[in-house]
Amino acid sequence: MSFEGPLKRTSLFESHLDSGGRLIDFAGWEMPVQYSGILGEVSKVRQSSGIFDVSHMGRLELSGRDAELLLNRVLSVDISAVDVGKAKYNVICDDQGGIIDDCIVYRKCDRFLLIPNASNRETVLDWLFGNMSDGADVEISDISDSTVMIAVQGPLSVDILSKHTTTDLTRLRPFSAVDTEAFGVEVFIARTGYTGEDGFEIIASSSYGPLIWKTLENSGASPCGLGARDVLRLEAGLLLHGSDMDLSVNPYEAGLDNFVSNDRPEYVAGESLALIRQEGIARRIVGLLIDGRSVARHGCFILHEGEKIGEISSGGPSPTLKQNIAMAYIPVALSEPGTKLGVDIRGKMTQAKVVELPFYKRVRL
Amino acid sequence: MTPDQCKYSSEHEWVYLDDDGVGLVGISQHAADSLGDVVFVDLPIVGDSMTQFGKMGEIESVKAFSELFSPVGGEVVEVNNILNDAPDLVNESPYEKGWMIKIKLNDASELDNLMTMSEYDNFVIQSEGN
Repeated sequence: MSFEGPLKRTSLFESHLDSGGRLIDFAGWEMPVQYSGILGEVSKVRQSSGIFDVSHMGRLELSGRDAELLLNRVLSVDISAVDVGKAKYNVICDDQGGIIDDCIVYRKCDRFLLIPNASNRETVLDWLFGNMSDGADVEISDISDSTVMIAVQGPLSVDILSKHTTTDLTRLRPFSAVDTEAFGVEVFIARTGYTGEDGFEIIASSSYGPLIWKTLENSGASPCGLGARDVLRLEAGLLLHGSDMDLSVNPYEAGLDNFVSNDRPEYVAGESLALIRQEGIARRIVGLLIDGRSVARHGCFILHEGEKIGEISSGGPSPTLKQNIAMAYIPVALSEPGTKLGVDIRGKMTQAKVVELPFYKRVRL
Repeated sequence: MTPDQCKYSSEHEWVYLDDDGVGLVGISQHAADSLGDVVFVDLPIVGDSMTQFGKMGEIESVKAFSELFSPVGGEVVEVNNILNDAPDLVNESPYEKGWMIKIKLNDASELDNLMTMSEYDNFVIQSEGN
């Protein structure tokens, strides 16, 4: 992907420099890939708490009488079944069932909030507008640039964040959210994340970004970059759009069956997805534990009896499992856990074993 | 040995020549920092023969894979096997504990093909500018 013009910066740009972040170009944004080091940051999130600037992701507000209908047309889930204050993971598919993006949608009392990936913000906006009927009563407001989004992730996050709000966060269930006050300012706090740990995502006016960041850092949450985020989400078996899914992949192949309700008449991808479901899929995503120390990354071929049968979509070292791991699309017939497959890492052959996703699951108390 | 006593290749390896004509080889601080946390270093074995700028091994960090190239030609006489269990020494101490191999040089004049530290520092600044 290439982008014209200067890199975009979030409201936390100066905060990243202050916290010692190393900045890189990520989807047209100047974002921290790491602060102290990826492995240390991963371990902080698994054991205590880390903060991530995720402001580059989109934040789209939908309001109006027909907003619910529009979302039901484009989202893979039935938004009517989502209560106020609840969040739902979903994918947005084109009319062939290919994945345009994966999002989290929140229902607030008078509007919806949709969080697309940074690089898909425009595409998702186009898709929303393209599926809006003439005269529909829907207002879409892109608040991405006027707000900051900070993820606080890890087992101690609830204690750290609780110091700065009177809201009882221990009562906020996973995939629930609340508009409240924290850090002395108005915030939206959701118990969601992308690391496999307990944690929160905070949205506030972008002018409060540096204050919230600094306060959390001073309270013991370690700044973490995109490098750690990628390791954490891979260990947690969470897919990354652009690597693990795109228009050429349907949600059943991506193992997202639980996030698809295809039998709603208004759903634009419903018919295609129902047909795919009926006919069955030929390949699906699996987890792989990779032998040896060479790291199998995106694009490495998977082999069975000398034949190329698939490709790694995401792969890397897992500091938590102390082994190299990967996700790959392979034929369903070979996707049974325990199946041994070959991996070609730049011409060097090694073995891999199919396992159930996720690789890492936190112990729930 | 200090970094300013080493000579550098454009592939970011350094070599320090001791009095016995043996070159100590590693990667620069800049290279180690750019790679980030190193998780695996695949090095040659004692007795292997290296050519100048020929492939010496491979290095993997969490984010990236990179090939290693020998800054000088000769025979590998010692390998830092500690890196097998502690690849992070490359990040922590790229000029000391994170050294990679020792090479008995075939031809000491090959050092003339390498950069001094200040030349290398300029080279890094220029390549980052591009």
